[in-house]
Amino acid sequence: MSSITTRDVPRGFSASEYMTCLTGIVWREGLRFLHQRERFVSALVRPLVWLFIFAAGFRQVLGISIIPPYETYILYEVFIAPGLMAMIQLFNGMQSSLSMVYDREMGNMRTLLVSPLPRGFLLFCKLLAGTAVSLLQVYAFLIIAWFWDITPPPIGYLTVLPALILSGLMLGSLGMLISSGIKQLENFAGVMNFVIFPMFFASSALYPLWRVQEGSPYLYYVCQANPFTHAVELIRFALYGQISWISLAVVGVCTIVFMIAAIYAYDPSRGLARRGPAGGEG
Amino acid sequence: MTNPAPIAEPQQMPRLEAAAVPALSIDGVSHSYGPRRALVNVCFNVQPASFTALLGLNGAGKSTLFSLITRLFGIQSGRIGIFGHDISRTPGEALRLLGVVFQPRTLDLDLSLTQNLLYHAALHGISRREAAARSAELLARIGLTERAGSKVRDLSGGQMRRLEIARALLHRPRLLLLDEPTVGLDVKARADIISHVRQLVTEQGIGVLWATHLFDEIMSGDDLVVLHQGKVLAQGPMSRVISEAGAQDVNTAFMRLTGAQAMPGGGA
Repeated sequence: MSSITTRDVPRGFSASEYMTCLTGIVWREGLRFLHQRERFVSALVRPLVWLFIFAAGFRQVLGISIIPPYETYILYEVFIAPGLMAMIQLFNGMQSSLSMVYDREMGNMRTLLVSPLPRGFLLFCKLLAGTAVSLLQVYAFLIIAWFWDITPPPIGYLTVLPALILSGLMLGSLGMLISSGIKQLENFAGVMNFVIFPMFFASSALYPLWRVQEGSPYLYYVCQANPFTHAVELIRFALYGQISWISLAVVGVCTIVFMIAAIYAYDPSRGLARRGPAGGEG
Repeated sequence: MTNPAPIAEPQQMPRLEAAAVPALSIDGVSHSYGPRRALVNVCFNVQPASFTALLGLNGAGKSTLFSLITRLFGIQSGRIGIFGHDISRTPGEALRLLGVVFQPRTLDLDLSLTQNLLYHAALHGISRREAAARSAELLARIGLTERAGSKVRDLSGGQMRRLEIARALLHRPRLLLLDEPTVGLDVKARADIISHVRQLVTEQGIGVLWATHLFDEIMSGDDLVVLHQGKVLAQGPMSRVISEAGAQDVNTAFMRLTGAQAMPGGGA
């Protein structure tokens, strides 16, 4: 083509442009989160209700034997803390995707998608930003939980970080994948019922799986196949400075699969394009 | 890496060279939603430093076309180029040269004016320092410097539109798309925005595609594309479109071409 096309437009993007874009998206997501104080409060209250009320009531009902990574008898509160951390991330992942549906309806998503940077990268930034927000919530929860006698070894607060990033990415990309299939905000309530609750209850978040197996072998298999179980176990072991390799593998593979599927679904020539116009067409 | 020099002063570009490659070329583009055909073999160009009005009623296919140009939908058939860059094959290069003002508001209402601009700059990989300087400059140009720190929610409709146009210009595009940008604005705000955009054309040589159904937004020197039920019925300089339709003004020409009823608010 004519010289003006090649002269004016740099081909590709430099590393610093990618970095600027990434930090910009994380910064904006953080700002939005800080502006929505009620979201932060409800993100904290939800697991705390489970911890303060549900766990206290359930403590006497459910005895926990010594299972790895725990080395002594533990309180029920201590057992469900990792499950509640994963729950925070599960809700956050779904909420981020809710905001993507909202953004799409309101047009904000368009601002993101007309960025010249590769779309897969933009969505990955969005996922990282959502994960960063979930980390804030989880650590705030851990601080409060510390006063409630949930005191993992100090190094655990550090070793749990990579586990949280990975599980945050997995749950975030699952949410993004689901959001690509939702046309309108109203459908999201169904997702809560059909995704969040089954994932949470059919997992090792609230009870050790060997107890589930005693009750129902079939449910045990469901729980084993549930990626959320492995997110919980990954966090549980990491919080005590250990690695659950199987969980790491499952969460890693699921993250990659969900992320690729979500990016595929948001590809203009496939996912969104199959549906009609987002807003009124005219 | 920012590359401000050549894009910053496009008015210095030789006109002849610029005319060789259209700012926007739409080439045989068709699009269907299932059985419904929204666009049928649409072809037209927007030249640099020109104001092209895309005229059509609601439902003519204007927004579908915008969604295709901005890659929200994939192109089913045909080709779209921005300064010669195919948006399907080299979307990065094409989108760098494109600024868009969508019909629905796309600002973060709870963030400040500056924060909105900085976010957009980041999406284009513009470094923080450069972005801050450009934001301040653009806010001054649209007369909103004093509101830089307030939330967008507190702005009037016209101010929001001006901010959206400023945002679309942050990365110094050479082609600006506006999808019915004056809808819902009062007379004064409309006039402000139209004159601002026309200034961009004459002073900075930006090619503008302005989708509208309001005839009084079109001026005699403009290029016109009449889109009706997904088809381009006429295109070219406004005077030619009018004379070829055997009409005296745009309103009549449009009605002859489309067989439409007189439009409320048509004005021209």
